[in-house]
Amino acid sequence: MKKTIPDIELMERGHQACLGCGAAHAMRYLLKGLGPKTIAAIPACCWAVIPGVYPYSCMDVPLQYVAFETTGASISGIEAALRAKGKKEGTTVVGWAGDGGTLDIGIQALSGAVERGHDVKYVCYDNEAYMNTGIQRSSATPFGAWTTTTPVGTTKAWKLSPKKNIVEIMVAHDIPYACTASVAYPEDLIKKAQKMKDITGPCFMHIYAPCPTGWKYPPEKTIELARLATDTCIFPLYEVTNGKYRITKRIKDEKKKDVLDYLRMQGRFKSLDEGAIQSIRDHVDFEWARLLRKEECFGEEQ
Amino acid sequence: MSGKELRCYEDLPPSPVTHDSSLVFKTGSWRTMRPVISKEKCKLCGFCWKFCPDVSIFEDSEGYPAVDYDYCKGCGICANECPFDAITMLEEDAI
Amino acid sequence: MKLVLSGNEAAAYGAMLARAEVISAYPITPQTKIVEKIADLIADGRFKTEFIKVESEHSAMAACISASLVGARTFTATSSQGLLLMHEMLHWASGSRTPVVMVNINRAVAPPWSVWADQTDSIAQRDTGWIQYYCESCQEVVDTIMQAYRVCEDPRVLLPAMLSEDAFFLSHTSEIVDLPPQEELDAFLGTYEPDVRLDIDNPRSFGSLSMPHQWYPEFRYKIQEGMEHAVEAIERVDREYGSLFGRSYGGLLDLYRCEDADTVIVAAGSMCSTIRAAIEELRSEGVKVGMARIRVFRPFPTEAFRALAKDVRSLVVLDRSFSMGSEGAFFSEVKAALYPLSDRPDVRGFAVGIGGRDITIETIRSIITDSLRPDTGITAQKWVGLRRCEE
Repeated sequence: MKKTIPDIELMERGHQACLGCGAAHAMRYLLKGLGPKTIAAIPACCWAVIPGVYPYSCMDVPLQYVAFETTGASISGIEAALRAKGKKEGTTVVGWAGDGGTLDIGIQALSGAVERGHDVKYVCYDNEAYMNTGIQRSSATPFGAWTTTTPVGTTKAWKLSPKKNIVEIMVAHDIPYACTASVAYPEDLIKKAQKMKDITGPCFMHIYAPCPTGWKYPPEKTIELARLATDTCIFPLYEVTNGKYRITKRIKDEKKKDVLDYLRMQGRFKSLDEGAIQSIRDHVDFEWARLLRKEECFGEEQ
Repeated sequence: MSGKELRCYEDLPPSPVTHDSSLVFKTGSWRTMRPVISKEKCKLCGFCWKFCPDVSIFEDSEGYPAVDYDYCKGCGICANECPFDAITMLEEDAI
Repeated sequence: MKLVLSGNEAAAYGAMLARAEVISAYPITPQTKIVEKIADLIADGRFKTEFIKVESEHSAMAACISASLVGARTFTATSSQGLLLMHEMLHWASGSRTPVVMVNINRAVAPPWSVWADQTDSIAQRDTGWIQYYCESCQEVVDTIMQAYRVCEDPRVLLPAMLSEDAFFLSHTSEIVDLPPQEELDAFLGTYEPDVRLDIDNPRSFGSLSMPHQWYPEFRYKIQEGMEHAVEAIERVDREYGSLFGRSYGGLLDLYRCEDADTVIVAAGSMCSTIRAAIEELRSEGVKVGMARIRVFRPFPTEAFRALAKDVRSLVVLDRSFSMGSEGAFFSEVKAALYPLSDRPDVRGFAVGIGGRDITIETIRSIITDSLRPDTGITAQKWVGLRRCEE
């Protein structure tokens, strides 16, 4: 059997994730990339439950469960203590949080940690809402999505504001490395994780992790949907190394899929009208064009 | 990672620090649909292994992918991603 | 070595002498001098530590907890609003059984804005599972930091501790402070070596989910058990410190001239020095009065109060805080401690010095005069010195 990703499994069987959980893929791949010499901190999120109840855990790396808004501060503390103890060399400290724990309640601690320049890796697995509490909107929920707090109703009260761009916020902190990754492209994700491990200093990874339960699609479609998000340019894969942009999954114009293919697969977008769909299409095209320009102007050859 | 069984208060450490593996949770019991791999159709591409969120595809003694039914939750991603239609999802009740 | 130090500087020296390995703190008036002094000591190469200049008090405590789980001795300092912002993480520290030591400068809570002495901030943290010390002098701050690490890191205790000192009255008042020799303090303290820690060679998960039918109540009870062990540990460590360095502070409850006292004043913090002076005056006038200083509020000195109550006629409890809709916490808890006794002293309560209002010898004298009036039927706590319209 052909294996295009490392054999090592640091996330064990028996975890409690839902069927087809993209966040489970994300953790499996990340740990393959970071390896066993990793210490993780996980706040309130689906992954506070997935490892299993006490005294059991699916994690084969040390893990501290931390308070919702403290991931950035907690990994700062772990890193500082490892340095104080002379144990930092060769150990990777990673914060692993959901979109709510990263883009909303945890953004202050994250900003503080990367600004101070700790040698920490922060990974946000993004399922575009508060999924562990039952699908409430976060600032990572895209325009047009149904959630339990944007319930559409008769007034088309879907999420009205656009998704916050966390990678650009991280780039604005002038950190050595920030990137996006997707569970549909594990080789790319793992390569980026390995890159982060080798960089000294704060790094950020934003993983696209579809949620069948919250997005209302059948669990077997997780990878297909994630692939489509990248192929439609809704979630482009790129990395920013010392301010230099590089798109890691190039989508040629003729291969670019229409956003409708992506939207139609999910119950959370089923109420959208033509106008809303067109505005999503326009927004995606604008953002993709902007990313291409960034790469052109601030690419690695510049 | 294996520790002693917890029977009572006195066995507990001061704070909840895990000492055992999640392998005790046989999540195969969640399954309603069962993936069945056809060795005739399989071309050993490894997609099913790569894309399994439950780490439940392993390589059998002949080098073919096989399903660990103790843990496979039956999400069907392996069947959906298989480029050769080598995996069929069957209803558990029908087996 | 003797130095002239303020309460804030004493806290910084305390952290250095205890060899705190990770410090994570955020500035707030009137605590700022602590973080500044620590930064100076580091900049001058005298203090080797990892100082994380976090972006909030909430993060300060989060970083201390994580660092402690790696096995580092940790220190932080805050005050008032900062302590209130930390509240969630205070629970997290005790639940994680991390022996973090923190200095809190007791400052009033806004609004209205006030930076002056008031114990509402720390009293409001009484249910967080933290050991709470209240210091009376700059010397006691240094000595108590040493004692606190010994108590907190005791494997039978394993709890965090906060030391409170009153804003300005202590934080900004300088005294001669004797700093014991470093090597003797090293021998007294030892190093912090937790059994399990965040360690790549022994991967464990810290703090995982526990269902109601599993172990949640048991883990909570373990915190209470740690507090019960702390009673003995605080007394023992205070005595041992006294025999080594010549200074001890009465363990949990510091008694002053109580031997033949009819009336005993119960209080905490800097006002206790004023009370001592008032007692000298009253004694010279023939009033048999003493003081029981609450040095440790958590664990509560229940047994010490019961022993004291046997020989006194009345207790006069002074709170520099108030639980709105009820009464001062000291007043409530002293009464609760004495409730099982069949023969109880009269207990009267006064809220005094709120928001840093000055407590003079005269204030204490008037409270004593007030409480000595025979059978006034006072049971509710009285606010002292409210500026009401003259009747």
